[in-house]
Amino acid sequence: MSRREIISGNWAFAEAMRQINPDVVAAYPITPSTDIPMKFSEFVADGKVDTNFVTVESEHSAITACVTAAAAGARVMTASSANGVGLMHEIFPIAGFFRSPIVFGLVNRSLGAPINIHCDHSDSMGERDAGWIHLYCEDAQEAYDTAVMAVRLAEHDNILTPVFVCQDGFITSHGFEPVEMLDDETVKRFVGERNARYPLLDVKNPVTYGSFASTEYYFEIKRQQVEAMENALKLYDGVAREYEAVSGRYYPMLDAYRTEDAEFVVVVMSSAAGVVKDVVDELRDKGVKAGCLRIRMFRPFPFDGVAKALSHAKAIAVLDRSLSLGGTAPVVSEVRSALYRASALIPVQSYVFGLGGRDFFPQNARDIFTDLEKGQIVGEERYIGLLE
Amino acid sequence: MAIRVKDYTNKQSPLSPGHRLCPGCGAPTAVHQGLMAVDSPLVVVNATGCLEVSTTVYPFSAWRVPWIHTAFENAGAGVSGVEAAYVALKKRGKISEDIKFVTFGGDGGTYDIGLQSLSGALERGHDFTYICYNNQGYMNTGAQRSSATPRGTNATTSPAGSVVPGKLQKAKDLTAIAAAHNIPYVAQTSLYNMTDVAEKVKRAVETPGPAFVNILVPCVLFWGIDPALQQDICKQAVETRFWPVYEVVNGEWKLTYKPRKRVPVEEFLKPQGRYRHLFKGEEGAKMLQQAQADIENDWVKLLQRCGETWTPEE
Repeated sequence: MSRREIISGNWAFAEAMRQINPDVVAAYPITPSTDIPMKFSEFVADGKVDTNFVTVESEHSAITACVTAAAAGARVMTASSANGVGLMHEIFPIAGFFRSPIVFGLVNRSLGAPINIHCDHSDSMGERDAGWIHLYCEDAQEAYDTAVMAVRLAEHDNILTPVFVCQDGFITSHGFEPVEMLDDETVKRFVGERNARYPLLDVKNPVTYGSFASTEYYFEIKRQQVEAMENALKLYDGVAREYEAVSGRYYPMLDAYRTEDAEFVVVVMSSAAGVVKDVVDELRDKGVKAGCLRIRMFRPFPFDGVAKALSHAKAIAVLDRSLSLGGTAPVVSEVRSALYRASALIPVQSYVFGLGGRDFFPQNARDIFTDLEKGQIVGEERYIGLLE
Repeated sequence: MAIRVKDYTNKQSPLSPGHRLCPGCGAPTAVHQGLMAVDSPLVVVNATGCLEVSTTVYPFSAWRVPWIHTAFENAGAGVSGVEAAYVALKKRGKISEDIKFVTFGGDGGTYDIGLQSLSGALERGHDFTYICYNNQGYMNTGAQRSSATPRGTNATTSPAGSVVPGKLQKAKDLTAIAAAHNIPYVAQTSLYNMTDVAEKVKRAVETPGPAFVNILVPCVLFWGIDPALQQDICKQAVETRFWPVYEVVNGEWKLTYKPRKRVPVEEFLKPQGRYRHLFKGEEGAKMLQQAQADIENDWVKLLQRCGETWTPEE
């Protein structure tokens, strides 16, 4: 029997971990994801899981131990945020190359300095080229569901790629909301057992992991990872539909909200989508053809899907919760690319919002739609809620 | 735990011939001798370094046992993850063999950039053996100084110049640092005889819990020695007490070899190109005196720790 409880995003992720009962968890605490390893260590202490929980001395060691445990043949999970993610940076591409199917609870927080514990996406965006699948969740329910789904996606024979399950720091991770959880047996059945093809611990068939590949081989090996990403794009929906069959909840890679005939569309990720969707409803009641496109899967980026969802738009706003200093913010850069690939030259306005946890209010969303309606599209990015 | 070399002469080394390490390099000798008497199935974890790059040039591998390398500073964490997976999978009935875990890192990956990761792994008590093949500098990048480099050494980032006579700082005592983790087995040795390395590593591997073995090995290019002198130079390191060999078993310090005579440090330094500058001029003579004084001080401390006295033959 599924059950419904009022819990936070962190607890929701930890509950999914309890039900998945991975072989190994190696984690190091950092705000705002600390609750995940803390809650999980309670499960270990109370015998609710029999996972080998490795209390490493740093995030760098956490992700290293995850990579080697995954190579050994284990099912592995962990969590981190912000500078912890930054410290892991060196190892993320190694995890991607090793095709380590790690499921990683990434609780988004601004990357210092200045040190700030609140939400933005600068931590995960720094890892967008590391060879990981990136899934961004709107709320605690989605963080729970995505954690369970991600195991299947990561371990799929034709994907075999680590997955970031991102949720917004504090807003989602510490916000309490009703979350419906599957019963333990259903999760256990859904995730099944990991059967690694070339486990390091198979001493009868020794394998070498992490060898030195020179110019003659490096390029081809990276190209194979491109193929894994293409496969993820193709196979994602199958996993999402299977999950729907057991949970009744379906999470497409793109959450298109009233975009079918929308003339003005705001593209956004994670928790801020809730605010935008509310404002879309408000504007629709007034006869404005407003819509919201929430990008749930950022890597691999669903270019065709994005272009299709935006095809009726007269003007588009893309909201980024991180900066690319001296360049173009990551989400808008991909959205423009998707439109260009589809030869859809629709005006796009770039907005940066919510850095360091700056609140995003319904009035901010209304103002953005007003900009779009008035055709106030400029080349430069605009900043929402900036006080100076 | 005395072992007989002839019992192992037909045993295949986990590291096959055909790797690309230099002739005379001490690293593969440390692997061959170290793992010679280990009978259990093994998984090897390697830090980035000469041993790693030169034995696994894709699409080849010189390793006959499962082997993994991720990065430079994290071999301690790497073995932690593999061992944690082993414990978990064994508990869940997915593995039946009794497997042992051995990690190799150079002094760069062990004394310096990997010290935190090693310390964490030792503290957590994973069942593994960490072997530092210590050639006293960063050889993979071209003979730079490390915290294992002895005072007075000419290294490429502490060159002996007209004003500065090489590295000015004393080497870190990593073996003592490992012992300070209160782990069940710590040892220091060198390639000075055929069995000491084998015996110590065997004991390390067979001891449940974490173990650390620090093996002094020459790099022929950095040390500036004849490749044929690998064992001889290690012998001099031990005979001059420049590199004493000992064990720390459950906190008990024990010398495993006491030189019979007082051999001056010059016997170890003189054959090496990296100390050529010490045999010239007043500054060199001062550095040699300092090197001898360092040895005497460290030796007294070690004798105290081991509860030993020493009366050298005149």
